[in-house]
Amino acid sequence: MTSRLSERPGSGEPGITTRSLKIVIAGGFASGKTTFVESISEITPLTTEAPMTSLSVGVDDTGDVRTKTHTTVALDFGRITFNTSMLYLFGTPGQDRFWFMWDELVRGAVGAVVMVDTRRLADCFPALDFFDTHKVPYAIALNKFNGDLVHSVSAVREALDIDPDTPVVAIDARQRDDVKGALIAVVRHAISRRKAAAT
Amino acid sequence: MDRPNRFVRQFALTRGRVTSERDLALDTLVQTTTTGIDSLARLAPHQRVIVDLARLPMAIAEISAHLGLHLGIARVLVSDLAGDGFLAVSDQTLSSDGPDLPTLERLLDDLQAF
Repeated sequence: MTSRLSERPGSGEPGITTRSLKIVIAGGFASGKTTFVESISEITPLTTEAPMTSLSVGVDDTGDVRTKTHTTVALDFGRITFNTSMLYLFGTPGQDRFWFMWDELVRGAVGAVVMVDTRRLADCFPALDFFDTHKVPYAIALNKFNGDLVHSVSAVREALDIDPDTPVVAIDARQRDDVKGALIAVVRHAISRRKAAAT
Repeated sequence: MDRPNRFVRQFALTRGRVTSERDLALDTLVQTTTTGIDSLARLAPHQRVIVDLARLPMAIAEISAHLGLHLGIARVLVSDLAGDGFLAVSDQTLSSDGPDLPTLERLLDDLQAF
């Protein structure tokens, strides 16, 4: 699938010859999402501020109506440029009240990596529920803080009650090759999902 | 509390509009056209920085982040500039199912070689 130019007819401009792809990086607060993106992004991770729409006003727990129109969600992201595509890695906003933003984040995404701090497993449950509901392929990355996992991969797999084919990898989010491995795991998983759906 | 004020000022750039003509996703790619480059000198400052920045393809989110523009504002400004032919916008279709199989396989190869 190649992008073509969307422009006024007859302008004779060359088209955009690359396409964008995205993988969403989710996980609880301080689970290592930002470190993950920093380790592999070719650009210093950037932050864009998205508007908090009226949809979210009702669930904002600040209780101060006057602040609503000014509220923004900060989204951190990084990028890897390949020959025919640009892969964006978008971190999810930490607060649960920003769920509305997740809809846009996962629309058209390759998949997601869910960062898990094994000391606080339950923090990732909302993300798993969201991706399961929206049928987004994901890989689980257990972040080794100080080089250790508090629980083994198999124990975590059991505790999270995930599909047997969901990849679970133990990584150090500071290590580029580990991060690369987690991204490869989710792309492979997306491919097998796609193949299974086609048969 | 300078941040809210900053965004309120930004809405003046779009004359208060918060929705764009085009459906632009966070990761929709944008690139400056030759018309855009040729017209740099006569663009308004806030348009010029965008057209100047996007000489290489980049996502709307990047334009927003680099220029400190609220995402909604960046969408409206990019949409206007594309309408005038100064920017090209990728018309890559965003399937909610995600990319097709050949695209995924290509990405896998790219990542493995990265």
